[in-house]
Amino acid sequence: MTLAQQFITIGLCALGTMATRFLPFLLFSPKKPTPKYVQYLGRALPCAVFGMLVVYCLRNVSVALPPHGVPEAIGIAVTVALHLWKRQMLLSIAGGTVCYMLLVQFVF
Amino acid sequence: MQTETETQKSIRRRAFSAAFPHTIPILAGFLFLGISYGLYATAAGFDFWYPILMAVVIFGGSLEFVAVEMLLGIFAPAQTLIMALMIQARHLFYGIAMLEKYKGTGWKKVYLIYGMCDESFSINCSAEIPEGVDKGWFMFFVTLLNQLYWVCGTAVGAVLGSVISFDLNGLEFVMTAMFVVIFLDQWLKEKKHYTGIIGVAASAVCLLAFGADSFMIPTMTCILCLLTVFRGPIEKAGGLG
Repeated sequence: MTLAQQFITIGLCALGTMATRFLPFLLFSPKKPTPKYVQYLGRALPCAVFGMLVVYCLRNVSVALPPHGVPEAIGIAVTVALHLWKRQMLLSIAGGTVCYMLLVQFVF
Repeated sequence: MQTETETQKSIRRRAFSAAFPHTIPILAGFLFLGISYGLYATAAGFDFWYPILMAVVIFGGSLEFVAVEMLLGIFAPAQTLIMALMIQARHLFYGIAMLEKYKGTGWKKVYLIYGMCDESFSINCSAEIPEGVDKGWFMFFVTLLNQLYWVCGTAVGAVLGSVISFDLNGLEFVMTAMFVVIFLDQWLKEKKHYTGIIGVAASAVCLLAFGADSFMIPTMTCILCLLTVFRGPIEKAGGLG
């Protein structure tokens, strides 16, 4: 990417973000009810989108080639286990990441 | 005139003292995640000012991590914009929830909307603003402090990342771990896990079908279609946000 293309990419991320933040204030009035379908998407999208982002993060992991995605699987398992145990977001993220870093630096 | 400015000042001071305690948990969280983000972006090869710029203009953690990935790939403006809209779509609903609350806050309203990240939204939406504290200034300081924490954390991480030389291999997993945790929280809320399954399954199938470089737009299309088609059972199952 050229520098200009990088700026456009960052600009589009900002534009997309601001569109989602400003649009309701431009479209809806507090007096009129928001369309039911829009309300539904607001509640249904987050979980699906974060599931998608997990897969997005793992998109370049190969199951066929060594280390066969094992460090990722262990890292995710540790993250999930810590989170189910303590429900401390930062602890789960830090624990999973440190575990993954140790695995890729010293084991695999 | 003198008393006028004095009153203004004391209104702001009172709002600040009321707002700050609410943001302390975010201070810890944003410093940690911001530092990770700064380290992550510089480990990916970017100069320290890239993550700082993104922290200021995008100010949306998840998308900022993804933006680093997108900057490393080929230039794909349409996918970038759609990705941004999909990842940030939840803000639409924060906005709807805050239509009433942000009313009558004057010029501060533009900044309140601009800086409406998940954390600022949840504080401003739920905090009981004490009697005698100006609502507009209270929400303004909550939003401003949270953004400051994020930008400062990012700056610290970015500067550290560009001067230190220890092995950061594997640090990119911080993004995976963050999304896993957010996903898990959402998953546990939903009684039948339909939307979580749709998100993961649609992405996995599209990844196999279209490959790692071009599966995101088909995935997002699939997710929207499936959520629309199965709206009945999903709403019936309940437990959505």
